[in-house]
Amino acid sequence: MTRVPAVPQTPRSQTVLGGSPTEKALKRFLEGIPGVDTVGAEARAAGFNTRSLKTSTKKWGLDTIISMVDLTTLEGADTPGKVRTLAKKATMPDPYDLTAPSVAAVCVYGDMVAETRAALGDWHVSKRPDGVAVAAVATAFPSGRASLPVKIMDTKFAVSEGADEIDMVIDRGAFLAGNIGLVFDQIVQVKEACQRADGSYAHLKVILETGELATLDNVRRASWLAILAGADFIKTSTGKVQPAATLPVTTTMLEVIRDWHALTGEKIGMKPAGGIRASKDALRYLVAVAETLGEEWLTPDLFRFGASSLLNDVVMQRQKMTTGHYSGPDYVSVD
Amino acid sequence: MSFLDYAPAPESTAVLNLRKSYGLFIGGEFVDGSGSAFPTVSPSTEEIITTVAEANEADVDRAVAAARKAYDKTWSRMSGSERGKYLFRIARILQERARELAVAETLDNGKPIRETRDVDIPLVAAWFFYYAGWADKLEYAGAGPNPRALGVAAQIIPWNFPLLMLAWKIAPALAAGNTVVLKPAETTPLTALLFAEICQQAELPPGVVNIVTGAGPTGAALVAHPDINKVAFTGSTPVGRKIAQTLAGSSTKVTLELGGKGANIIFDDAAIDQAIEGVVSGIFFNQGHVCCAGSRLLVQENIHDDVVSRLQRRLSTLRLGDPLDKNTDIGAVNSKAQLERITEIANSGDDEGAHRWSAACEIPAKGFWFPPTVFTDVHTSHRIAREEIFGPVLSVMTFRTPDEAVAKANNTPYGLSAGIWTEKASRMLSIADKLRAGVIWANTFNKFDPASPFGGFKESGYGREGGRHGLFPYLESSDWTKGGR
Repeated sequence: MTRVPAVPQTPRSQTVLGGSPTEKALKRFLEGIPGVDTVGAEARAAGFNTRSLKTSTKKWGLDTIISMVDLTTLEGADTPGKVRTLAKKATMPDPYDLTAPSVAAVCVYGDMVAETRAALGDWHVSKRPDGVAVAAVATAFPSGRASLPVKIMDTKFAVSEGADEIDMVIDRGAFLAGNIGLVFDQIVQVKEACQRADGSYAHLKVILETGELATLDNVRRASWLAILAGADFIKTSTGKVQPAATLPVTTTMLEVIRDWHALTGEKIGMKPAGGIRASKDALRYLVAVAETLGEEWLTPDLFRFGASSLLNDVVMQRQKMTTGHYSGPDYVSVD
Repeated sequence: MSFLDYAPAPESTAVLNLRKSYGLFIGGEFVDGSGSAFPTVSPSTEEIITTVAEANEADVDRAVAAARKAYDKTWSRMSGSERGKYLFRIARILQERARELAVAETLDNGKPIRETRDVDIPLVAAWFFYYAGWADKLEYAGAGPNPRALGVAAQIIPWNFPLLMLAWKIAPALAAGNTVVLKPAETTPLTALLFAEICQQAELPPGVVNIVTGAGPTGAALVAHPDINKVAFTGSTPVGRKIAQTLAGSSTKVTLELGGKGANIIFDDAAIDQAIEGVVSGIFFNQGHVCCAGSRLLVQENIHDDVVSRLQRRLSTLRLGDPLDKNTDIGAVNSKAQLERITEIANSGDDEGAHRWSAACEIPAKGFWFPPTVFTDVHTSHRIAREEIFGPVLSVMTFRTPDEAVAKANNTPYGLSAGIWTEKASRMLSIADKLRAGVIWANTFNKFDPASPFGGFKESGYGREGGRHGLFPYLESSDWTKGGR
């Protein structure tokens, strides 16, 4: 007799699957979601690109983008010095204009969390409301190809070092092979591993790595899966795979967040990451968020950009708006 | 501040260099009209843009004579490749002056600059490029052996896509070797007059293109003129019927592209978010002033509520206002008369028991405006389900089975367009086979291409425009005329 594998029950999965969910039920649910027409989705995204943001709207948009950046360094060559430099930049993106807001978070590997927190000092989000959080990638980022105990250890370590947010990757191999239950189970267990000693949880961002999922139908299903398993944020990419974030992919994910909100009233966050380098592109993402989900999503609590070089371009555009002329790469800090 | 109140981003009108008044374009020159000149008004501000001459019967006669002379002396004797060169030249000038034309069209028609810039004007140039390529290849168009031009074509176009309809008419006529007298709609003559300037700039031989401005009587005089060989009309079904009556029994050939009441059919397995986008562009593109608009939404009953709530949510993000603002989605209704007609039919929807929902948008104090509106609880007997509204008004009805969807979609005196939304290809093909409409879009709507023929069934008219089919109404096989058929 073959047993139908059970998957752990989450409060959210209960909403759509009822009690005692099985992998089969989960699969049926995901397959029953309306499809995505790629041509139409791309046309919609192109529509966002035609919005023309000027003057006061642009200025507000640029500041908002800065406040939503997860300033990221995820290199094998990361050192304490590099991380400290980045943390300082996170608190004052424009050294010539201290009215520029600080970014939302610094995003590093787990072993750099303690160093980052120390470097932030009084600028850490626990010390001041406009402070900067520490996000750590975990679960054998970026491939996710490790055993579950390793992924859980990886996560627990980052949380114990003081990570405020965990960016985990899903097992794309399992997803593509149809082992939906495995992917679901891993997210649930990593979420549990995000629990701190005091019972609170580090925020969980679930990276779908949409460049490897390839189709928008897969992106939509994986978004639902991550949300049902307990994601606080869903995130497009690691930045290590091309294509990374695109507007059609992001819009598809935003639509799932919108549908989840319509169903339950609960707000899930969104983080496109990788490949967004120009202010102009970032502004288009704000348009997509505002027109798909509403303006209440235009807050760092619900929307982030995973980026590194984007910040300098936004700062340069901001300087242009303030001073009336373009500066140049020597007027923003290298990191 | 609210981010979604995007700060004003108006397209500048400085690119325009309009005259205080425009005459008729006859024989390659602007000449005075004999009728009483009339203003053309911007429907978003009610301000006068410029004054335009009115052509009376004598003027029409002069224009037809100029076209006949150009046909006899120049155009019919020119090789196809030479004609093609002129058309290519016009196409390139249209592209060069695209921004100016987009601004002029938006000013005169009231449609958003986003549409004139991204849709109308690029298609206008595409139409001329496409037919320029046919000019020396008519033998291969499939119109019979030794095809040749008819002579002088009288062309009457509507106000909803002024310059695009001009391109649909003039490009194939000229490629096929005809000369033309064209009458633009009285509320939107501006871009046709700028096109006349472009003909001068391209050094098109005088008289090949003539443009006479005026209202119904000018059009009637043109259609009734004894020396024309062909009438091409796009507009309302009642006027089309009158034209057919006028020409009955004569040797003048006619094509008519008339009204429509297109059905957009959404099955429960459709890609729902993209279907919503398609419904929105199907009926709210160009304020619904589109003969092939998807003005009836047929939605499978089990997803009706979901579709309506998604649609309402999406419509709430549309921005109505200054058509010259680059962020405007819904512009002004073209005229007071049209606004009154839309209002009257929409009111009949209320009276007959349908349920009206309109997007909450601020209506500007001046100009002619109608908010995006959706009627639910609409039944097949309602006026809003049967009559062409030609405005931003969508009538939502339900169906239970594919057969019922087809029956309801075909239950109209018109047959211009239809749309099918399903992820199931076999269903899409079988439904498309059964729909009685000239254009059927699958998982998209309101997409146009010069290579694709366009035209109607039933009261939506006859003849096809676009593609090689679009050449046939302007050609006859010389073997046939010699008694070959």
